[in-house]
Amino acid sequence: MIRLEKRAQPSTIWTVATPILAVVLTMIVGGIMFAILGKPPLEAIRTIFWDPLFHPQFAAYSRPQLLVKAGPLILIAIGLSIGFRAGIWNIGAEGQYIMGAVCGAAAGLALYPAETRLIFPLMVLAGALGGWAWAMIPAILKVKFGTNEILVSLMLVYVAENILASVSSSLLRNPEGRGFPGSRNLSQWDAAANHELIPNTGMHWGVVAAFIAVIFAYVLLTRHIQGFNIRLTGEAPRAARFSGVSPSRIILLCLGMSGVLAGMAGLFEVSGPAGQISIDFNSGYGFTAIIVAFLGRLHPVGILLAGLLMALTYIGGELAQLMLGLPGASIQLFQGMLLFFLLGVDVFTNYRLRIGKAGGA
Amino acid sequence: MDLSSINPILLIASIMVSATPILFAAIGEMIVEKSGVLNLGVEGMMIVGAVVGFAVAVNSGSPILGFAAAALASALLSMCFGFLTQFLLSNQVATGLGLTLVGLGLSSLIGKPYEGMKSPTLPKLDIPILSDLPVVGQMLFSHDIMVYVSLALVAGVWAFLKYTRGGLILRAVGESHEAAHALGYKVVRIRLMAIFFGGACAGLGGAYLSLVRVPQWTEGMTAGSGWIALAIVVFASWRAGRILVGAYLFGGVTVLQLNLQAAEVAVPVALLSMSPYLITILVLVVISARGAHGAPAALGRPFHATS
Amino acid sequence: MGDILLQLDGLTKAYPGVVANDDVSFAIGKAEIHALLGENGAGKSTLVKMIYGLVKPDKGTMTLDGSPFVPGEPRAARASGVAMVFQHFSLFEALSVAENIAVGMENPPKARDLAKQIRDVSETYGLPLDPDRVVGTLSAGERQRVEIIRCLLQNPRLLVMDEPTSVLTPQEVDILFETLRKLKEEGTSILYISHKLEEIRSLCDTATILRLGKKVDTCTPAETTARELAEMMIGSSFATPEAKERDFGAPLLTVKSLSMPAPGAFGTPLRDVSFEVRSGEVLGLGGVAGNGQDELLMALSGERTAKPGAVFLEDTDLSTMGPNGRREQGLLSGPEERLGHAAAPDMSLTENAVLTASRRQNLLSNGFINWTKARSFAETVIERFDVRTPSSKTAARALSGGNLQKFVVGREILQNPRVLVLNQPTWGVDAAAAAAIRQAVLDLATQGAAIVVISQDLDELMEISDSFGALNEGRLSPIRKVSDLSLERIGLMMGGAHDMEIAHVDA
Repeated sequence: MIRLEKRAQPSTIWTVATPILAVVLTMIVGGIMFAILGKPPLEAIRTIFWDPLFHPQFAAYSRPQLLVKAGPLILIAIGLSIGFRAGIWNIGAEGQYIMGAVCGAAAGLALYPAETRLIFPLMVLAGALGGWAWAMIPAILKVKFGTNEILVSLMLVYVAENILASVSSSLLRNPEGRGFPGSRNLSQWDAAANHELIPNTGMHWGVVAAFIAVIFAYVLLTRHIQGFNIRLTGEAPRAARFSGVSPSRIILLCLGMSGVLAGMAGLFEVSGPAGQISIDFNSGYGFTAIIVAFLGRLHPVGILLAGLLMALTYIGGELAQLMLGLPGASIQLFQGMLLFFLLGVDVFTNYRLRIGKAGGA
Repeated sequence: MDLSSINPILLIASIMVSATPILFAAIGEMIVEKSGVLNLGVEGMMIVGAVVGFAVAVNSGSPILGFAAAALASALLSMCFGFLTQFLLSNQVATGLGLTLVGLGLSSLIGKPYEGMKSPTLPKLDIPILSDLPVVGQMLFSHDIMVYVSLALVAGVWAFLKYTRGGLILRAVGESHEAAHALGYKVVRIRLMAIFFGGACAGLGGAYLSLVRVPQWTEGMTAGSGWIALAIVVFASWRAGRILVGAYLFGGVTVLQLNLQAAEVAVPVALLSMSPYLITILVLVVISARGAHGAPAALGRPFHATS
Repeated sequence: MGDILLQLDGLTKAYPGVVANDDVSFAIGKAEIHALLGENGAGKSTLVKMIYGLVKPDKGTMTLDGSPFVPGEPRAARASGVAMVFQHFSLFEALSVAENIAVGMENPPKARDLAKQIRDVSETYGLPLDPDRVVGTLSAGERQRVEIIRCLLQNPRLLVMDEPTSVLTPQEVDILFETLRKLKEEGTSILYISHKLEEIRSLCDTATILRLGKKVDTCTPAETTARELAEMMIGSSFATPEAKERDFGAPLLTVKSLSMPAPGAFGTPLRDVSFEVRSGEVLGLGGVAGNGQDELLMALSGERTAKPGAVFLEDTDLSTMGPNGRREQGLLSGPEERLGHAAAPDMSLTENAVLTASRRQNLLSNGFINWTKARSFAETVIERFDVRTPSSKTAARALSGGNLQKFVVGREILQNPRVLVLNQPTWGVDAAAAAAIRQAVLDLATQGAAIVVISQDLDELMEISDSFGALNEGRLSPIRKVSDLSLERIGLMMGGAHDMEIAHVDA
């Protein structure tokens, strides 16, 4: 009989090994899935994980995409992970991301067609504020009334999507767009564009912000008392209160930070890669970032790596769609599976597997 | 604007139809939560139920078979959640979210070939005599069988929890798994059964969406119904009767806003179509401000039997 | 006494790193009250779990009434006539008394019949109880009655009771003993687990003593002195704390008419609590569990703040300050629950040192934690309080209860508090560690701190306190000098009858 025995301390080796094991398991099961879909499994895996970086033909195009896709994922996931560490489950990052983009773009478009260097920073600020304000709704409701933040933040995603649909065909619609929904193209307006900083790298301001966020989160969580309080709140809420941590402040702080980061990610996206506010500019980064946060073990450096890996599966998925005719949805499933396997093998971090006679029932 | 186009009889009847998917999902989730498990994957299980039900109904020509397959598929999917949380002791919140993401991916993968197709739908089941009654007949007694199944399920769950020993044990497990374990109850087994039941119900709800309410398959068609079902469980304070009230209230809001949109009322369309979500938030706030009474004490807490 | 009901032969059970029971054999006679005596960690719980089918022995056999007894699960044990009242009640707070009883029975009768049976049994044995009450609203003593009645309804042959009196007032203990004697007359055997020697001497026919998993002896407690029993139980002698003569100074902590609503659905409100503690004084607060102990600690630690004018340190009003503000003023505290309240289970000892010591030990600069300083403070605590741990990096949950408790108490004491409030400082701690903790508390008082010890262990309070009060339903009795107290008077105070004759006796 197999049973689990709680470790006295979480295993350091397994903390690092579980994400790798999860990736390997996902490749195996994903391969089986591709085989069932009638695609050559090994080739599919190679197309997803190898070709985007090293394919002689496509790599030149897809390599920069890695940072373009990883940037927002990392930025959002860092924010989410800080909340998750405190046991605050903001799963509405998608909504904060949309609202950040809408507010940031609106701030910029209000000044169209001025040409000053101040416009882009102003937009970033407005984006951050928009995301923050959207995250403050569940935060304040939780603090004031104890309302469940999971459900509220998620409901607000649907509200934000409706707002997006509405503004892209009314308030923010491009007056020169012949009535088509969608705003002016921000990436073609110099003062508001989030340009690629180094040609052919995919490096834009959002990626820079993501790297800064990683460092910021690392310092916060390991060195600063607020980071300590966040971790303490997540691991032992009563002990946190005993220590003198105010739960309300932690809720406002964590949701606020993740809102700011998600909002900024949204702004960087509309002013750069997406280019304009349109009804479907958001590509689900807010949800995928949840996977990134867990895959990175809620650790800033882990999230950096996980964000890159997840970006790879996005690009690889597109490539596989193109080259092998793999359905686009299979990548989404692939990403979901990755999270599942990670959560499953995670058991080894805190428990030891014992094979033999059952001791305790 | 033309409010006279709204027929009150049809309105009530369509409220029942629009509430049924959420009613299924919510009553199932209530049982899961009563056992002390928080499964946030309702949305994922619903949409898998929707696509599997649709696919099977199209291929077999039998909507009933579609419903059965949907229930089974979602229940099997819920067992992934059950295995991870009950045996591998994974975090329930994270695993539930994962289940939703997997479900969304899986459903759009399965559903690709079925987009734009029409499925056979359930016939109206006119209850003899009652359905001939004026007004009420058409309103309440002229629905398809699944509407009545959902109502029967609510009554069944209510009676199960209140009067049976099984219901008592389920509540006990959700209240304190340590104490239930000490009395010799198999906590994990009981919880797995509850999760299975919750999955099957979510599947039925999803299939009702794709086979009756809409009826066709579109990607992401659940559009948050699963999450709303979760909110209704909170709203209902974990009581079967109030689940019914919550689901019908919500169905009412949905139908009303659609009717208002059709009647071209002078309210922005975006505001109308976000109203169900806003009202859900409002209801959650009101409930939580009153203090959430009746939540099972062990809800969401992992259980690892030690000696 | 007559025949043997349950015979245990060579029961052995090992866990990784520890042998909980090593070749334990003894017999429980029919209609016998048999004591199982031992310290925390002596293996009493494991032994009982084997009898109740929760744990399977590695080796050894059990024989119940002549036939082999191998309970695979509690259900099987119950079917064979073994019933158990747990130390930490296995009750469901949100369910009613009747539902709680039904869930613990194999074939419960219909709801109405069950309610009648409950009333009958509770009348027969003098254990009043309303079957429709929700358990969460019951007192600890009443909850125990639920457990006992649940057992009695199944007509057990052997009733196992795990530390039943730890939650009772002396008067309630008398009622319980009456019930047990009555059961014995009717032919039921009782296995009575305790570490309270006087109880065992007055109640039990036979006693088996366990120490470090091994049986030391089986004897007749009435013919054995308490001292002999204690020596068998503890093995070696250990230093009993010694209070030096202390002079009390000016009042340091003053609590004036402190009232607070209950924190949750099943909590206890604090009602008009007033007391003061002087420099050098140890105030012991007794009372049955669940009468406001946790709530009082939270009100003093600052986890829950009060209206102004309720809590003073000398002349400073601390009422509206949170835990950090109170710490800065010199009021430190140690909650009852070690894992999850006083310490974060998955965090290292160094991190757990930061938990309360960040301000007083200057572990922060501009909000950044000085980990070197934090580690050296943790290591000082570990060294000074003899905490057995591989290092300061070890997670709190990896430590044994006694060691973690020493760390948690040491962490507060080494911050030189002016006032220290402790709730259940030696609960579940082995005798040596308990003695060390009590000594440290007394030393701190000698240095001039004012100390409040909240405890359910009356022996402990009598040993270390200078004055005594009791909590009952969130009210505090008047404070009395320990030297003026008798056990009976304490019982009355704990029962809430403090307005009666005690008042004039003190004068």
